[in-house]
Amino acid sequence: MSSIQTRLACNPADYKSDIKPIWCPGCGDYHVLMSFTRAFAELGLLPEKTVVVSGIGCSSRIPAYTSCYGFHGVHGRSLALATGLKVTRPDLTVVVASGDGDGYSIGGNHFLHACRRNVDITYVVMDNRVYGMTKGQPSPTTEPDFDTALSPGGTGLSPFHPLVIALAAGANFVARAFSGSPNETASILVEAIRHPGFSFVEVLSPCVTFRPDEREWKNRVHPAPVAATNDPGKAARRIMTDDGFNIGILYRGNRLPYQAKAEPRTIDLAELEREFEL
Amino acid sequence: MSKAPSGHTVSSPVDLLAIAYRIEADAVQRYTLLADQMEIHNNPELVKVFRDLARAEGIHAEEIRKQAGDIDLVARAERLGRWQKGESPEEVDLGSAHYLMTPWHALELALAGEKRALGFFTSITETAKDPKIKEMASEFVEEEAEHVNLVYRLMRKYSKPADTWAQDLDPPISQD
Repeated sequence: MSSIQTRLACNPADYKSDIKPIWCPGCGDYHVLMSFTRAFAELGLLPEKTVVVSGIGCSSRIPAYTSCYGFHGVHGRSLALATGLKVTRPDLTVVVASGDGDGYSIGGNHFLHACRRNVDITYVVMDNRVYGMTKGQPSPTTEPDFDTALSPGGTGLSPFHPLVIALAAGANFVARAFSGSPNETASILVEAIRHPGFSFVEVLSPCVTFRPDEREWKNRVHPAPVAATNDPGKAARRIMTDDGFNIGILYRGNRLPYQAKAEPRTIDLAELEREFEL
Repeated sequence: MSKAPSGHTVSSPVDLLAIAYRIEADAVQRYTLLADQMEIHNNPELVKVFRDLARAEGIHAEEIRKQAGDIDLVARAERLGRWQKGESPEEVDLGSAHYLMTPWHALELALAGEKRALGFFTSITETAKDPKIKEMASEFVEEEAEHVNLVYRLMRKYSKPADTWAQDLDPPISQD
Protein backbone atom coordinates (compact mmCIF):
# COMPACT_ATOMS: atom_id res chain seq x y z
CA MET A 1 0.00 0.00 0.00
CA SER A 2 1.87 3.04 -1.24
CA SER A 3 -0.02 5.55 0.91
CA ILE A 4 0.90 4.02 4.27
CA GLN A 5 2.31 6.58 6.68
CA THR A 6 4.54 5.13 9.33
CA ARG A 7 6.70 5.88 12.32
CA LEU A 8 9.49 4.03 14.05
CA ALA A 9 9.60 2.08 17.34
CA CYS A 10 5.99 1.13 17.94
CA ASN A 11 4.59 -1.09 20.60
CA PRO A 12 1.37 -3.09 20.11
CA ALA A 13 0.08 -1.60 23.38
CA ASP A 14 0.16 1.83 21.71
CA TYR A 15 -2.75 0.72 19.51
CA LYS A 16 -4.88 -0.73 22.27
CA SER A 17 -7.50 1.50 23.87
CA ASP A 18 -8.27 1.53 27.59
CA ILE A 19 -11.70 -0.02 27.03
CA LYS A 20 -11.88 -3.61 28.27
CA PRO A 21 -13.36 -6.01 25.70
CA ILE A 22 -16.62 -7.65 26.71
CA TRP A 23 -16.28 -10.76 24.57
CA CYS A 24 -16.83 -14.13 26.25
CA PRO A 25 -13.70 -15.66 27.86
CA GLY A 26 -12.10 -17.93 25.29
CA CYS A 27 -13.49 -15.99 22.30
CA GLY A 28 -11.18 -15.97 19.29
CA ASP A 29 -11.75 -12.26 18.81
CA TYR A 30 -9.38 -11.46 21.71
CA HIS A 31 -6.59 -12.96 19.66
CA VAL A 32 -7.68 -11.10 16.55
CA LEU A 33 -7.51 -7.82 18.46
CA MET A 34 -4.01 -8.79 19.54
CA SER A 35 -3.12 -9.49 15.90
CA PHE A 36 -4.47 -6.09 14.84
CA THR A 37 -2.30 -4.24 17.37
CA ARG A 38 0.77 -6.34 16.58
CA ALA A 39 0.34 -5.80 12.85
CA PHE A 40 -0.17 -2.06 13.29
CA ALA A 41 2.94 -1.88 15.46
CA GLU A 42 4.99 -3.84 12.97
CA LEU A 43 3.90 -1.53 10.18
CA GLY A 44 4.47 1.47 12.43
CA LEU A 45 1.12 2.95 11.43
CA LEU A 46 0.33 6.44 12.63
CA PRO A 47 -2.80 6.14 14.78
CA GLU A 48 -4.08 9.46 13.46
CA LYS A 49 -3.76 8.14 9.89
CA THR A 50 -5.33 4.76 10.54
CA VAL A 51 -9.03 3.92 10.68
CA VAL A 52 -10.72 0.72 11.78
CA VAL A 53 -14.25 0.52 10.39
CA SER A 54 -16.84 -2.06 11.40
CA GLY A 55 -20.49 -2.99 11.18
CA ILE A 56 -22.44 -4.79 13.90
CA GLY A 57 -21.70 -7.97 15.80
CA CYS A 58 -19.18 -9.30 18.31
CA SER A 59 -16.28 -8.84 15.89
CA SER A 60 -17.39 -5.33 15.03
CA ARG A 61 -16.57 -4.11 18.53
CA ILE A 62 -12.90 -3.92 17.57
CA PRO A 63 -12.83 -0.16 16.75
CA ALA A 64 -13.64 0.57 20.40
CA TYR A 65 -10.71 -1.51 21.55
CA THR A 66 -8.12 0.07 19.26
CA SER A 67 -6.68 3.52 19.84
CA CYS A 68 -6.60 4.75 16.25
CA TYR A 69 -9.63 6.27 14.55
CA GLY A 70 -12.66 4.03 14.44
CA PHE A 71 -16.12 3.95 12.93
CA HIS A 72 -18.64 1.48 14.38
CA GLY A 73 -21.13 1.62 11.55
CA VAL A 74 -24.46 0.19 10.51
CA HIS A 75 -25.05 -3.57 10.21
CA GLY A 76 -23.45 -4.92 7.02
CA ARG A 77 -22.43 -1.49 5.72
CA SER A 78 -18.84 -1.32 6.92
CA LEU A 79 -17.43 -1.79 3.42
CA ALA A 80 -19.56 1.02 2.02
CA LEU A 81 -18.29 3.34 4.75
CA ALA A 82 -14.70 2.22 4.30
CA THR A 83 -14.84 2.58 0.52
CA GLY A 84 -16.13 6.13 0.78
CA LEU A 85 -13.53 6.97 3.37
CA LYS A 86 -10.60 5.58 1.39
CA VAL A 87 -11.67 7.18 -1.87
CA THR A 88 -11.98 10.62 -0.28
CA ARG A 89 -8.96 10.21 2.00
CA PRO A 90 -6.45 7.99 0.18
CA ASP A 91 -3.80 9.06 2.68
CA LEU A 92 -5.47 6.95 5.38
CA THR A 93 -4.87 3.27 6.06
CA VAL A 94 -8.33 1.73 6.24
CA VAL A 95 -8.92 -1.65 7.85
CA VAL A 96 -12.41 -3.10 8.05
CA ALA A 97 -13.49 -5.61 10.71
CA SER A 98 -16.53 -7.77 10.26
CA GLY A 99 -18.05 -11.15 11.02
CA ASP A 100 -19.67 -13.86 8.93
CA GLY A 101 -23.18 -12.59 9.60
CA ASP A 102 -22.42 -8.91 9.17
CA GLY A 103 -20.08 -9.44 6.22
CA TYR A 104 -21.55 -12.30 4.22
CA SER A 105 -25.28 -12.02 4.88
CA ILE A 106 -26.40 -8.51 5.71
CA GLY A 107 -23.37 -7.01 3.96
CA GLY A 108 -23.04 -9.71 1.29
CA ASN A 109 -23.72 -7.44 -1.64
CA HIS A 110 -21.22 -4.84 -0.41
CA PHE A 111 -18.66 -7.64 -0.15
CA LEU A 112 -19.06 -8.54 -3.84
CA HIS A 113 -18.75 -4.99 -5.05
CA ALA A 114 -15.91 -4.07 -2.72
CA CYS A 115 -13.93 -6.97 -4.25
CA ARG A 116 -14.91 -5.77 -7.75
CA ARG A 117 -13.98 -2.14 -7.07
CA ASN A 118 -10.61 -3.11 -5.63
CA VAL A 119 -10.24 -0.02 -3.47
CA ASP A 120 -7.07 -0.11 -1.39
CA ILE A 121 -8.55 -1.36 1.90
CA THR A 122 -8.09 -4.46 4.05
CA TYR A 123 -11.17 -6.47 4.96
CA VAL A 124 -10.87 -8.82 7.95
CA VAL A 125 -13.79 -11.15 8.56
CA MET A 126 -13.82 -13.05 11.85
CA ASP A 127 -15.72 -16.16 10.86
CA ASN A 128 -17.22 -18.23 13.68
CA ARG A 129 -20.04 -19.68 11.59
CA VAL A 130 -22.74 -18.33 13.87
CA TYR A 131 -24.50 -15.11 14.87
CA GLY A 132 -22.97 -14.88 18.33
CA MET A 133 -24.22 -11.51 19.49
CA THR A 134 -27.85 -12.44 18.85
CA LYS A 135 -27.44 -15.79 20.59
CA GLY A 136 -26.60 -18.46 18.09
CA GLN A 137 -28.58 -18.29 14.86
CA PRO A 138 -27.02 -19.94 11.79
CA SER A 139 -25.00 -17.63 9.55
CA PRO A 140 -24.15 -18.01 5.84
CA THR A 141 -21.08 -20.10 6.70
CA THR A 142 -22.84 -22.41 9.18
CA GLU A 143 -22.79 -26.10 8.34
CA PRO A 144 -26.14 -27.45 6.99
CA ASP A 145 -26.55 -29.87 9.92
CA PHE A 146 -26.06 -27.35 12.74
CA ASP A 147 -28.97 -28.62 14.79
CA THR A 148 -30.18 -26.34 17.58
CA ALA A 149 -33.46 -25.08 19.01
CA LEU A 150 -33.06 -22.08 16.70
CA SER A 151 -32.45 -24.23 13.61
CA PRO A 152 -34.11 -27.62 14.27
CA GLY A 153 -32.51 -30.29 12.11
CA GLY A 154 -30.10 -27.73 10.70
CA THR A 155 -30.69 -25.36 7.84
CA GLY A 156 -29.91 -27.94 5.16
CA LEU A 157 -28.25 -25.16 3.20
CA SER A 158 -24.78 -25.30 1.68
CA PRO A 159 -22.42 -22.85 3.36
CA PHE A 160 -21.26 -19.72 1.58
CA HIS A 161 -17.65 -20.01 0.36
CA PRO A 162 -16.25 -16.53 1.00
CA LEU A 163 -12.72 -17.01 -0.30
CA VAL A 164 -13.79 -18.32 -3.68
CA ILE A 165 -16.45 -15.65 -3.95
CA ALA A 166 -13.87 -12.99 -3.13
CA LEU A 167 -11.61 -14.33 -5.87
CA ALA A 168 -14.41 -14.51 -8.42
CA ALA A 169 -15.51 -10.99 -7.58
CA GLY A 170 -11.99 -9.57 -8.01
CA ALA A 171 -10.31 -9.30 -4.61
CA ASN A 172 -6.60 -8.64 -5.05
CA PHE A 173 -5.35 -10.53 -2.00
CA VAL A 174 -6.99 -13.51 -0.35
CA ALA A 175 -5.83 -15.22 2.84
CA ARG A 176 -7.12 -17.42 5.61
CA ALA A 177 -5.88 -17.10 9.19
CA PHE A 178 -6.64 -18.69 12.55
CA SER A 179 -7.25 -16.54 15.60
CA GLY A 180 -5.42 -18.98 17.89
CA SER A 181 -2.13 -18.09 16.18
CA PRO A 182 -2.04 -14.31 16.72
CA ASN A 183 1.53 -13.84 15.52
CA GLU A 184 0.87 -15.68 12.28
CA THR A 185 -2.37 -13.75 11.84
CA ALA A 186 -0.49 -10.51 12.48
CA SER A 187 2.01 -11.44 9.74
CA ILE A 188 -0.84 -12.09 7.31
CA LEU A 189 -2.46 -8.77 8.25
CA VAL A 190 0.83 -6.96 7.65
CA GLU A 191 1.01 -8.44 4.15
CA ALA A 192 -2.67 -7.73 3.50
CA ILE A 193 -2.35 -4.08 4.51
CA ARG A 194 0.81 -3.65 2.42
CA HIS A 195 -0.71 -5.26 -0.65
CA PRO A 196 -2.31 -2.72 -3.01
CA GLY A 197 -6.02 -3.03 -3.66
CA PHE A 198 -8.76 -4.91 -1.84
CA SER A 199 -7.24 -7.43 0.57
CA PHE A 200 -9.52 -10.02 2.08
CA VAL A 201 -8.49 -11.99 5.17
CA GLU A 202 -10.84 -14.55 6.62
CA VAL A 203 -9.91 -15.33 10.22
CA LEU A 204 -11.33 -18.52 11.68
CA SER A 205 -12.28 -17.24 15.12
CA PRO A 206 -14.10 -19.71 17.38
CA CYS A 207 -17.30 -18.76 19.19
CA VAL A 208 -16.79 -20.75 22.38
CA THR A 209 -20.27 -19.97 23.71
CA PHE A 210 -22.56 -20.96 20.84
CA ARG A 211 -20.12 -23.18 18.95
CA PRO A 212 -18.05 -24.89 21.67
CA ASP A 213 -17.13 -27.51 19.06
CA GLU A 214 -14.97 -24.83 17.43
CA ARG A 215 -12.47 -25.08 20.30
CA GLU A 216 -11.22 -28.06 18.27
CA TRP A 217 -10.22 -25.84 15.36
CA LYS A 218 -6.78 -25.43 16.90
CA ASN A 219 -6.21 -29.11 16.16
CA ARG A 220 -7.55 -28.88 12.62
CA VAL A 221 -5.76 -25.86 11.18
CA HIS A 222 -2.55 -26.38 9.22
CA PRO A 223 -0.32 -24.28 6.99
CA ALA A 224 -1.32 -24.05 3.32
CA PRO A 225 0.85 -26.61 1.58
CA VAL A 226 1.68 -24.38 -1.40
CA ALA A 227 2.78 -20.78 -1.72
CA ALA A 228 0.40 -18.03 -2.78
CA THR A 229 -0.30 -17.77 -6.49
CA ASN A 230 -1.16 -14.78 -8.65
CA ASP A 231 -3.37 -16.94 -10.87
CA PRO A 232 -6.97 -16.58 -9.67
CA GLY A 233 -8.05 -19.77 -11.47
CA LYS A 234 -5.39 -21.82 -9.75
CA ALA A 235 -6.15 -20.18 -6.41
CA ALA A 236 -9.87 -20.87 -6.82
CA ARG A 237 -9.26 -24.55 -7.57
CA ARG A 238 -7.01 -24.87 -4.52
CA ILE A 239 -9.48 -23.15 -2.23
CA MET A 240 -12.46 -25.11 -3.56
CA THR A 241 -10.71 -28.39 -2.93
CA ASP A 242 -9.02 -27.68 0.40
CA ASP A 243 -10.48 -28.71 3.76
CA GLY A 244 -11.27 -25.16 4.85
CA PHE A 245 -8.45 -25.15 7.38
CA ASN A 246 -5.49 -24.23 5.15
CA ILE A 247 -3.88 -21.21 6.78
CA GLY A 248 -1.82 -18.66 4.91
CA ILE A 249 -1.83 -16.28 1.99
CA LEU A 250 -3.61 -18.03 -0.85
CA TYR A 251 -3.72 -15.42 -3.60
CA ARG A 252 -1.79 -12.24 -4.40
CA GLY A 253 -3.18 -10.51 -7.45
CA ASN A 254 -1.69 -7.69 -9.44
CA ARG A 255 -4.74 -5.67 -10.44
CA LEU A 256 -4.29 -1.95 -10.06
CA PRO A 257 -6.36 -0.58 -7.20
CA TYR A 258 -9.20 1.81 -7.89
CA GLN A 259 -8.10 5.43 -7.89
CA ALA A 260 -10.47 8.37 -7.79
CA LYS A 261 -10.03 10.19 -11.10
CA ALA A 262 -10.47 13.71 -9.85
CA GLU A 263 -9.80 15.59 -6.66
CA PRO A 264 -12.89 15.68 -4.42
CA ARG A 265 -15.00 18.72 -5.24
CA THR A 266 -15.05 21.26 -2.45
CA ILE A 267 -18.34 23.02 -2.10
CA ASP A 268 -19.08 26.14 -0.21
CA LEU A 269 -21.65 25.42 2.55
CA ALA A 270 -23.87 28.28 1.46
CA GLU A 271 -23.82 26.94 -2.11
CA LEU A 272 -24.82 23.50 -0.83
CA GLU A 273 -27.69 24.95 1.16
CA ARG A 274 -28.92 26.77 -1.94
CA GLU A 275 -29.00 23.45 -3.84
CA PHE A 276 -31.35 22.04 -1.26
CA GLU A 277 -33.60 25.05 -1.00
CA LEU A 278 -37.26 24.26 -1.66
CA MET B 1 25.44 -17.60 17.21
CA SER B 2 22.62 -20.05 17.70
CA LYS B 3 19.03 -20.36 16.64
CA ALA B 4 16.46 -20.28 19.39
CA PRO B 5 13.40 -22.51 19.04
CA SER B 6 11.41 -19.32 18.40
CA GLY B 7 13.33 -18.75 15.18
CA HIS B 8 15.24 -15.84 16.72
CA THR B 9 18.97 -15.75 16.29
CA VAL B 10 20.66 -15.55 19.68
CA SER B 11 23.99 -13.99 18.84
CA SER B 12 24.86 -12.73 22.30
CA PRO B 13 23.85 -12.98 25.96
CA VAL B 14 22.07 -9.63 25.51
CA ASP B 15 19.91 -11.16 22.79
CA LEU B 16 19.00 -13.92 25.20
CA LEU B 17 18.16 -11.37 27.88
CA ALA B 18 15.96 -9.52 25.38
CA ILE B 19 14.16 -12.75 24.48
CA ALA B 20 13.71 -13.63 28.16
CA TYR B 21 12.40 -10.13 28.81
CA ARG B 22 9.93 -10.45 25.95
CA ILE B 23 8.69 -13.82 27.24
CA GLU B 24 7.89 -12.26 30.61
CA ALA B 25 6.40 -9.10 29.09
CA ASP B 26 4.15 -11.14 26.76
CA ALA B 27 3.01 -13.22 29.74
CA VAL B 28 2.15 -10.04 31.65
CA GLN B 29 0.04 -8.92 28.69
CA ARG B 30 -1.88 -12.20 28.51
CA TYR B 31 -2.52 -12.49 32.25
CA THR B 32 -3.68 -8.88 32.37
CA LEU B 33 -6.04 -9.57 29.48
CA LEU B 34 -7.42 -12.62 31.28
CA ALA B 35 -7.83 -10.64 34.51
CA ASP B 36 -9.71 -7.95 32.57
CA GLN B 37 -11.95 -10.63 31.02
CA MET B 38 -12.78 -12.06 34.42
CA GLU B 39 -13.43 -8.59 35.81
CA ILE B 40 -15.96 -7.98 33.03
CA HIS B 41 -17.52 -11.37 33.77
CA ASN B 42 -17.63 -10.71 37.51
CA ASN B 43 -15.35 -13.49 38.69
CA PRO B 44 -13.32 -11.68 41.40
CA GLU B 45 -11.52 -14.79 42.62
CA LEU B 46 -10.02 -15.35 39.18
CA VAL B 47 -9.30 -11.65 38.73
CA LYS B 48 -7.06 -11.89 41.77
CA VAL B 49 -5.28 -15.04 40.53
CA PHE B 50 -4.59 -13.56 37.07
CA ARG B 51 -3.53 -10.17 38.49
CA ASP B 52 -1.15 -11.96 40.87
CA LEU B 53 0.30 -13.98 38.00
CA ALA B 54 0.69 -10.81 35.90
CA ARG B 55 2.40 -9.10 38.83
CA ALA B 56 4.78 -12.04 39.29
CA GLU B 57 5.70 -12.06 35.60
CA GLY B 58 6.15 -8.28 35.73
CA ILE B 59 8.61 -8.67 38.60
CA HIS B 60 10.57 -11.24 36.59
CA ALA B 61 10.59 -8.91 33.58
CA GLU B 62 11.90 -6.07 35.76
CA GLU B 63 14.62 -8.28 37.22
CA ILE B 64 15.78 -9.18 33.72
CA ARG B 65 15.74 -5.53 32.75
CA LYS B 66 17.90 -4.65 35.74
CA GLN B 67 20.30 -7.45 34.85
CA ALA B 68 20.78 -5.81 31.45
CA GLY B 69 22.02 -2.58 33.06
CA ASP B 70 22.00 0.35 30.65
CA ILE B 71 21.01 -1.73 27.64
CA ASP B 72 17.54 -0.93 26.36
CA LEU B 73 16.03 -4.42 26.37
CA VAL B 74 12.66 -3.23 25.10
CA ALA B 75 14.22 -1.76 21.96
CA ARG B 76 16.47 -4.80 21.59
CA ALA B 77 13.49 -7.14 21.85
CA GLU B 78 11.62 -5.08 19.26
CA ARG B 79 14.59 -5.27 16.90
CA LEU B 80 14.61 -9.03 17.26
CA GLY B 81 11.04 -8.97 15.98
CA ARG B 82 7.99 -11.01 16.80
CA TRP B 83 8.09 -14.71 17.52
CA GLN B 84 8.66 -16.18 14.11
CA LYS B 85 7.59 -19.67 15.04
CA GLY B 86 4.28 -19.65 16.83
CA GLU B 87 3.73 -17.76 20.04
CA SER B 88 5.87 -16.72 22.96
CA PRO B 89 6.62 -19.89 25.00
CA GLU B 90 5.08 -18.67 28.24
CA GLU B 91 1.97 -17.12 26.72
CA VAL B 92 -1.30 -18.49 27.94
CA ASP B 93 -3.73 -19.84 25.36
CA LEU B 94 -6.57 -17.33 25.60
CA GLY B 95 -8.77 -19.80 23.76
CA SER B 96 -8.66 -22.06 26.81
CA ALA B 97 -10.40 -19.49 28.99
CA HIS B 98 -13.94 -20.26 30.05
CA TYR B 99 -16.47 -18.14 31.87
CA LEU B 100 -16.92 -20.86 34.52
CA MET B 101 -13.24 -21.64 34.97
CA THR B 102 -11.82 -21.79 38.49
CA PRO B 103 -8.51 -20.69 40.03
CA TRP B 104 -7.33 -24.27 39.61
CA HIS B 105 -7.83 -23.96 35.84
CA ALA B 106 -6.05 -20.61 35.81
CA LEU B 107 -3.07 -22.17 37.52
CA GLU B 108 -3.21 -25.12 35.15
CA LEU B 109 -2.87 -22.65 32.25
CA ALA B 110 -0.01 -20.92 34.05
CA LEU B 111 1.71 -24.25 34.66
CA ALA B 112 1.56 -25.10 30.96
CA GLY B 113 3.17 -21.75 30.15
CA GLU B 114 5.93 -22.16 32.73
CA LYS B 115 6.68 -25.65 31.42
CA ARG B 116 6.93 -24.32 27.86
CA ALA B 117 9.31 -21.60 29.04
CA LEU B 118 11.37 -24.23 30.86
CA GLY B 119 11.52 -26.31 27.68
CA PHE B 120 12.48 -23.24 25.66
CA PHE B 121 15.49 -22.32 27.79
CA THR B 122 16.48 -25.96 28.15
CA SER B 123 16.67 -26.28 24.39
CA ILE B 124 18.93 -23.22 24.25
CA THR B 125 21.29 -24.76 26.79
CA GLU B 126 21.41 -27.84 24.60
CA THR B 127 22.05 -26.02 21.32
CA ALA B 128 24.02 -22.87 22.21
CA LYS B 129 27.70 -22.95 21.30
CA ASP B 130 28.70 -19.73 23.04
CA PRO B 131 29.51 -20.68 26.69
CA LYS B 132 28.19 -17.33 27.96
CA ILE B 133 24.82 -17.90 26.29
CA LYS B 134 24.78 -21.46 27.59
CA GLU B 135 25.52 -20.29 31.12
CA MET B 136 22.85 -17.60 31.05
CA ALA B 137 20.30 -20.02 29.58
CA SER B 138 21.10 -22.46 32.41
CA GLU B 139 20.29 -19.73 34.93
CA PHE B 140 16.95 -19.17 33.21
CA VAL B 141 16.31 -22.91 33.30
CA GLU B 142 16.81 -22.88 37.06
CA GLU B 143 14.47 -19.92 37.45
CA GLU B 144 11.76 -21.45 35.27
CA ALA B 145 12.05 -24.73 37.16
CA GLU B 146 11.43 -22.74 40.34
CA HIS B 147 8.38 -21.13 38.75
CA VAL B 148 7.02 -24.54 37.77
CA ASN B 149 7.40 -25.72 41.37
CA LEU B 150 5.78 -22.56 42.67
CA VAL B 151 2.70 -23.08 40.47
CA TYR B 152 2.49 -26.70 41.64
CA ARG B 153 2.55 -25.47 45.24
CA LEU B 154 -0.16 -22.90 44.52
CA MET B 155 -2.30 -25.57 42.87
CA ARG B 156 -2.30 -27.54 46.10
CA LYS B 157 -4.34 -24.73 47.65
CA TYR B 158 -7.23 -25.59 45.39
CA SER B 159 -8.83 -28.97 44.89
CA LYS B 160 -9.28 -30.16 41.34
CA PRO B 161 -12.81 -29.23 40.21
CA ALA B 162 -15.28 -31.96 39.37
CA ASP B 163 -15.65 -32.94 35.70
CA THR B 164 -18.96 -31.08 35.62
CA TRP B 165 -17.32 -27.72 36.34
CA ALA B 166 -18.36 -26.34 32.93
CA GLN B 167 -21.96 -27.37 33.32
CA ASP B 168 -24.15 -24.27 33.36
CA LEU B 169 -27.66 -24.75 34.73
CA ASP B 170 -28.62 -21.41 33.24
CA PRO B 171 -26.78 -21.44 29.89
CA PRO B 172 -26.64 -18.40 27.57
CA ILE B 173 -29.40 -19.98 25.47
CA SER B 174 -31.24 -23.28 25.45
CA GLN B 175 -29.97 -25.13 22.39
CA ASP B 176 -31.87 -28.39 22.95
